[in-house]
Amino acid sequence: MTTGRDRIRLRKPTASSVALDLTFLALVGLSVFGFFAIDTKGLKTGPAAAKLLSDLVKMFAHPVAKHFSLAEAIWAMLLTLGLAFLTTLLGAFLAIILSSFAAKNLSKPAVSNALKLLVAFVRAVPTILWVLIFAIGAGLGSVAAVVGMTFHSFAYLLKAYSESFEEVGGDVVEALKASGANWTQIVCQAVVPSSMSYIVSWTFMRFEINFANAVAMGAAAGAGGIGYELFMASGFYFNIGEVGFITYLILFVAILLELGAMRLKARQHVQR
Amino acid sequence: MTSIIEVRRMFRRREAIALASFALLAVLTLGSSIITSFDWPSCLRSFPKAFSWLAANFIPNGKALANAPKILARLAETVLVSVMATVVAAALAFLMALLGSKTTRPHPVASGLVRLVASLCRNIPVVAWAMIFLLSFGQNVLTGLLALFIGTFGFLTRAFMETVDESAESSVEALWASGAPWAATVMQAVVPSVMPQVASWMLYMVETNIRDATLVGILTGTGIGFLFDLYYKSLNFSSAAFVVICIVAVVILIEAGSNALRRVIL
Repeated sequence: MTTGRDRIRLRKPTASSVALDLTFLALVGLSVFGFFAIDTKGLKTGPAAAKLLSDLVKMFAHPVAKHFSLAEAIWAMLLTLGLAFLTTLLGAFLAIILSSFAAKNLSKPAVSNALKLLVAFVRAVPTILWVLIFAIGAGLGSVAAVVGMTFHSFAYLLKAYSESFEEVGGDVVEALKASGANWTQIVCQAVVPSSMSYIVSWTFMRFEINFANAVAMGAAAGAGGIGYELFMASGFYFNIGEVGFITYLILFVAILLELGAMRLKARQHVQR
Repeated sequence: MTSIIEVRRMFRRREAIALASFALLAVLTLGSSIITSFDWPSCLRSFPKAFSWLAANFIPNGKALANAPKILARLAETVLVSVMATVVAAALAFLMALLGSKTTRPHPVASGLVRLVASLCRNIPVVAWAMIFLLSFGQNVLTGLLALFIGTFGFLTRAFMETVDESAESSVEALWASGAPWAATVMQAVVPSVMPQVASWMLYMVETNIRDATLVGILTGTGIGFLFDLYYKSLNFSSAAFVVICIVAVVILIEAGSNALRRVIL
């Protein structure tokens, strides 16, 4: 007979295994506590779940567009893609200028750390709040949405670019320095060109994220586009068929973008 | 001689590619600006306005501090919802990852099905899920919880599948070869080797979900997002700024905690 006591202990608890167990324990504990603590305002979950199920069937089986034509829907989609494009462009522009100052092998530690601190703050503010803060000055619309979304794009791309710059390696930079190249030459003619495929692939990945963000800003911050139509269909007309139609459109574009990102990534693996 | 010509040709081709890329970017920028009616001068003007607003409201005044208990309660609710969505989604995503991963899948059909479901959950944005659930669950905290859960599930299923593929392949093969059953293989080979990565992904998702919960809260009228929206729309800017400060503090705290944990775990 084997009882718990007789079994051979295969693992000794280490600092990392204890920390791991505590992490899971805390997360699960908080969740269990949450299920009792959150206020659901007496919502009857049974009927709500039944309605959700019938809604899901209806929206995916019978998508209809009632308040706009297909041409208008495509225009709205182009608007959302336009917001995502401008955001990615601005974010990439700012990030590429500053990433050579953030990369450890090209910059001073103080400058690099200061930029990391800035990025930590930028990332801690949710995108929607950046957008609404800018809407105070610029009004709700495409300017506030693009500028607000640019913050997280900048933070994300700065990290991605500077890390790919760091991968170029100290020895290349050292060799160029020794041969008399100045900092600008090293960055513009060696580091940036050799990280170009990384830059393109990361930037496209950010474009994919920004598409989802642009949909969100249309719904929550008056930026227009397909997100606004979604908000109207659900929150205003209560039309599940129209929600389904818009969801299909968004899904179609999102999957196209994901496939594009995967192809870029695969090409990069071949090159490296 | 030929080599010089070749080098010249290469440079000329490079220049042509660079020129074409710039032209394409310029056309796309112009097109996007027109479609979205993007006003570049107003874009530049918005920066000083936004930052002077932040500076003016960064130190909370008495009105904002009086709202502190309400804000902190909503913030606690938002953090709880983010953790709940992450934990439940992670548990389910882990099972799905075992069915979907190339190393542990019982059958290729199961794997394909898992990938399809995960792709659907991930590629429909969280906002869209929130707007879908809004129709059945109404303006309720459960609406946001469900939306975050679906998005997190889609993301974590893919992340966990990649983790299982990367870290458990050789040990799984060894146990398969020795004739161990599936359940034992998973428990002894997969689970111990992927747990640190799983924890790391979960901490990342908690942090991401707090930011997303703010957005979903604005749409569904719950949590810290609702409170921000309320102060913002009633022009109570000092309280709105205080909400921003509280969110920043919590996110940075959680990020710092996660990073410290990662250093010990990984």
